[in-house]
Amino acid sequence: MSLITGIFISAIAGYIGSLMITKRMALVAGPLGHLALPGVALALIYNFGIFFGALISIFIGAVFIWIFSLRAKIPIEALTAIVFATGVAAGFLFLPLEHAEEALIGDITDVDLSDTILAMFLSTIIFLVIRKIYTKIVLSELSEDLAKSIKVDVDKYNLIYLISIALVAAMEVKIVGILLTAALVAIPAAASRNLSRNLKQYSFLSSVFGVISAIIGILLFRITGMPAGPLIIMVAFLLFLISTIFCKNR
Amino acid sequence: MERILSVEDLSVEIGGEYIIKGLSFDVKKGEILTIVGPNGSGKTTLLKTLLGLLPYSGKIRWSKDIKIGYLPQRLSKDRFAELPISIGEFFRFKSKNDDKILNMLEDVGLGGGREILKRNPGELSYGQFQRMLVAFSLIDNPDVLLFDEPTSGIDIGGEETIYSLLREFWMKKNLTIFLVTHDLNIVYAYSTNCLCMCKTKFCYGSPKKVLTPESLQDIYGTEIKFYEHTHK
Repeated sequence: MSLITGIFISAIAGYIGSLMITKRMALVAGPLGHLALPGVALALIYNFGIFFGALISIFIGAVFIWIFSLRAKIPIEALTAIVFATGVAAGFLFLPLEHAEEALIGDITDVDLSDTILAMFLSTIIFLVIRKIYTKIVLSELSEDLAKSIKVDVDKYNLIYLISIALVAAMEVKIVGILLTAALVAIPAAASRNLSRNLKQYSFLSSVFGVISAIIGILLFRITGMPAGPLIIMVAFLLFLISTIFCKNR
Repeated sequence: MERILSVEDLSVEIGGEYIIKGLSFDVKKGEILTIVGPNGSGKTTLLKTLLGLLPYSGKIRWSKDIKIGYLPQRLSKDRFAELPISIGEFFRFKSKNDDKILNMLEDVGLGGGREILKRNPGELSYGQFQRMLVAFSLIDNPDVLLFDEPTSGIDIGGEETIYSLLREFWMKKNLTIFLVTHDLNIVYAYSTNCLCMCKTKFCYGSPKKVLTPESLQDIYGTEIKFYEHTHK
């Protein structure tokens, strides 16, 4: 069950990661993951789903950033730093110490049937939605004016894309913890970028690399007993190293 | 000739400042309208406003069911090169028909088989890249083309090619073209009408009428030495 959950989540993380690299937003998943900590802490204390805890607290954090951006002339990037650091601080105030490791680097063994179904369902929905708007987002990245001139509703698609990122980051917390969310979107997609000649290969290989990392990472965890989240990411990094050897773009 | 666009008392305000104020002009079907003026005079803003991308006051009336193609300023070749996107994928934003895409590419001088669809736009030379963009703007058979400095970054030879290409399509497809340019030679050689802009000052009419040394001095602020020269 943990394997299936891991596969679905890392596939969608890789997929959306390929768009995030295109939009130079690969690091965004980091702060978003960190923002999840207060919710994760509450979920661990009151024993409800980590995903929901993470999602609620990411959502509240995003609303804070949005409100501050309307009221203060401070760059979004600085506001994000303020909000996510405060989120982490708030989380640690009441995070039970025995659960710290699970919150920080994830615990794939703690997955039940409802988690698996949720991961499969959400990943599939996000994949179908993003696939529909993928090329439009790429076009708007190449030239927003050009995209708008052929009636691409750039603002709407960006919103859908951002909501998807928040959902993916919240799902990721379960398997790699709040500290490592950026890795799962950035590394497989970067490895894929090294080897792809077009968007189709790029988005496909990003998912594939995510899945391979999850499978090998979880298998290694079964064999060695070391934590699964960090293992998945080490495997992803290894794939990235190999991809730089075979890099097709200079 | 049938009127394709009428602009009446158009004003565009960005951040509390008027970029365009009180502009009126008409464009007839089949015209090549060149838009000239110094940097920051509102040329790009005008094109974006005509496309409906910016809020404005006044009236913009396109004739019914007009399809507009647009080529924005400074589309970066390097940005394309950063992405693993193929030329085929880029064109499929607009057309799913590969044969049609290949024909269009051949028309702009980028023929040579299906292989080109697999290449990255960033691998093309600047001149080829710009011709690819011209093909992209024409692929869905627009009635009107809005071109914002289509030759920036291209050497003189390449520039010639782009303009003669535009002229060729203009004649073949009965297009109406709006062309933002800094090159006054182009204004004389190609345009039927010229709109000379400087924020709140405008002049509009045939190039000979509009581009007098006096009006140029008025718009650009310094004396511009430009003399009409005929090629015949």
